Formats: sequence, C-alpha cells, structure tokens
Amino acid sequence: MEQKQPIISLEGISYSYPGSRPILNNLELDIFKGDRIGLVAPNGSGKTTLFHIIMGLIKPSTGRLTIFGDERKTEQDFMDVRRRIGLLFQDADDQLFSPTVLEDVTFGPLNLGKSKKEAIAVSKKTLEFLGLDDFEDRITYKLSGGEKRLVSLATILAMEPEVLLLDEPGNALDSAMKSKLIDVLNSLAITYVLISHEYDFFSETTDRIFSMENGKLLLDDALYIHTHKHSHKVGKQPHKHT
Amino acid sequence: MITEPFTAGNAIIHHVDPRLKIVFAVMLSCAIATVDRFPTLFFGLAAALLLLLLARLDGKAVLKRLAVVFGFMALIWLVIPITYPGPPLFDIGPFQVSRPGVMLCLKITLKSISILSILIALIATTPLPVIGSALHRLGVPGKLVYLLVMTYRYIFVIENEYRRLMRAARIRGFKPGTNIHSYKTFAYLTGMIFIRASARAERVYHAMLCRGFNGRFHTLGPIAPYTNNRAFTILTTGTMVIIIGLEIWNRNSL
Repeated sequence: MEQKQPIISLEGISYSYPGSRPILNNLELDIFKGDRIGLVAPNGSGKTTLFHIIMGLIKPSTGRLTIFGDERKTEQDFMDVRRRIGLLFQDADDQLFSPTVLEDVTFGPLNLGKSKKEAIAVSKKTLEFLGLDDFEDRITYKLSGGEKRLVSLATILAMEPEVLLLDEPGNALDSAMKSKLIDVLNSLAITYVLISHEYDFFSETTDRIFSMENGKLLLDDALYIHTHKHSHKVGKQPHKHT
Repeated sequence: MITEPFTAGNAIIHHVDPRLKIVFAVMLSCAIATVDRFPTLFFGLAAALLLLLLARLDGKAVLKRLAVVFGFMALIWLVIPITYPGPPLFDIGPFQVSRPGVMLCLKITLKSISILSILIALIATTPLPVIGSALHRLGVPGKLVYLLVMTYRYIFVIENEYRRLMRAARIRGFKPGTNIHSYKTFAYLTGMIFIRASARAERVYHAMLCRGFNGRFHTLGPIAPYTNNRAFTILTTGTMVIIIGLEIWNRNSL
C-alpha cells in the first residue's frame, strides 16, 4: 500500500501551564485523511490543550507541528489552519457571541471573504442540513443547551472545514439530540477527532480510540468496543443503556 | 431576568427601519433639548406622546420607565423655584417662589418627559442587536458597535453566573445581612464574576480566532420588512419643521 502523508502531524509536543507539571509530554500524533478518532481521558489530562495547540491558540514549549504538509509556527501560519480546521468548543456560550443565529453562522464565512449573499446562502444551507431551518432569527442566548450545541456546530460547518475537532460534543445533549448528532457525524465525509466520556457515543462515531496518560497518547486496545452480558434489578423489563 | 418588553410589539413604529428611528430620535431629542419657547415645548410633548401611541406600548410599563425621571423632577421642583432669582410668584412660609424659577422647572420637566418618551417610542421598541447593526450601517465604527452588541450578548451569561453563585451561597445557608461576613461573601462573589468574565472573554476571543476573525467586523442587512418608512419619515420631518417653525415664530414672545 502506498504510504499516506498525515494531514496533521504532531512530533514531540510538550506543554505545561505556568506553575504546574507538564500536561503534554513529548506527545506524538498523526492524523490521516478520513480518520475518525475518539479521545478519552480523565479531566485535566490535556485533551482540550491538545486541540488548542493544533489551532495555534497556545504555543507548545517544544515540538513540531505539521498541518496540511507545512510546518506551522507563526500566527500567520495558523490563520490558514483555522480556515481549514473547525474547532467545536466545550462551552457553546463561548462560541455563539452574535445576537442572532444567522449572524453567528455567517461570521465565519464572512471572515473567509465571502460576500454577504454567499455567506447567508451557505449558512442557511448548513442550518437546513442540521435540521435548524427556522432558527435564523432566533436569539442565541435564548436557545436551549442542546440547540446551542447544534448551532455551534453549524457555525463551524458553514466554513466548510476539512477537519473537525470536537470538544465533548455530546455534552448537554439529551438522547434525541445525541442520536441526531451521531447521524450528522456519520453523514459527513470528513476527518475528525472528538473528545468524549461516553463509550457508546464513540462506538457509533469513531474508528480509533486514544487515551492519554502522563501527557502522551496511547492507542487504546483495551478500549475496543464490545458487548457484554450483565444482570441488574428489573433487568426483565425492556430498557435502554445509555 | 433582564428583558426588553417594548420590542415585542407589532405596531406602526415596529415596522420602521431602525436607521430612520435612530436618526430621527437623535434629531428630535436635540431639537427639543435646545428650543426654549413654551408653544414649541408643548408641541414637542404632543409629538412625543403621539409616537408613544403609534408604538402601542403598555401604558403602565411606560409610566414605570418615566418614573425614573419623575424622581429627578421632584428634586428640581423642590430646589429651583425658591433659589432662582426673580420677581416672586407667591410665598410659602419664609420662602419666596420666583416666577422665572417655576418657568425654568416647567421647561426642564417638559423637555425631559418629551425626550424620554421619544426614546422609549423609537429606541426601546428596537431589539438591541438590530440597533447595533443599524448603527454600523449608519457609519458608527465596528469596534464600538461590537462592544455594545457583545455586552448585550454576555450580560445574560454573566447574570446567569451571578445567579448560580448566589444559589450556591444560599443553599449553604447564606443570608445577606449587615455584617462583615455578608460583605466578604459579596466581595468574593463579585470577584468571582470578574474572574469568570475575563476567562470567558479569552475563550470567546479564541473561538473568534478559530473562525478566522481578523479584526474586521461584519453586520448583516435589515431582516424584518420595514413597510412604514415613508409615512414615518414624512411624519417626523413634519414634526421637525413645525418645532423649528414654532420656535422662530415665537422668538420674541415668552
């Protein structure tokens, strides 16, 4: 088989927050086109930090970042990265800062230099794709937690990214919203990495699962999804496992 | 909860382009603030009340907002008539109420009520985000507009954070009182809100960078259909002309 080039490659990345021990320690990661990667690890183990380093929001103390074939170092380098990689933040309130949904979704496309007409068209298309057709004029702060999450996803998808980094996308979603999100992820032909704490979410949306330990990534063989039998009270009643 | 009760209506005023509303609100307010003759002032008040009527707002809620001004007015009526020099109108005990003093108070009262009514009728009926984009299209710098719009967006988040913290304090038995413990708790609470706000500001900025923010701000055009622009322009321009006309006509009288 032909040796494929990774689209994102992290070599020897280390980072520590001031006054604490290193959160990322000589981390290595290659992401290839079409990868659907899950990332699971305890809180505070550096998953979010890893995403922010890929986006150039924080600079690693050591290591090399190669994204889309070029080494990325300066703010200017990352401008291009941010156009092509979409990051979904953990807290949707951080991401939706415009008063209305349509204004928020058009923010990205307008920054990419699209005309107002084009930006509105692509935004409407994205909202429709996510089943948020009539959300355009809704006021962002009045949306429910799950709606905020989906609209945040729309703001990113409207920029037509090549890679998605999703920071706990299942957060604050009820089961209906969650299955919708799973459908959306499965219908996108796109590379993505997602952070979650829920294994059943992974099983439906990812092909590889990594965990993090001591600031390094481990391909987690032990975490391969499997079914198992178990017993518990009222087990005879039809029930769901979530 | 912070609300904008007047924006929800569906009256004539709600279907006027926000840019026109802003421009005429500013022009009418400036005109009324600078004129000096009673006929003009009474006409201004009538025009302001007409605008309120056209906005079909809840009378009680409007009075409640105007009440803020009534407080200031009371203070002025208490002090100016007895301290302003001029021929006395009548005496109250040892105090002489001067005629020019009363006139001045009356003018101030008419002006404040008129201007506030105009602002309620025209500005308070427009949702703040819409005012923001209208200001931007009127040429106000993007940075100022975004400062306004983002303050509006995050004031709700900050309010929620305040309520969360306050709830956390209450469920642990906190009762505000006049003592050091209460002051200290409120100081911590305030400090915490500032810290959270600043941390959030950084995250929001990061989120903006991730979506290609490069310092340029964009706003979208008008969304709602504005069907009453022409009638509104004719009405308010007419009002302006009459105000100026009345002022010149009566320049030599009282």
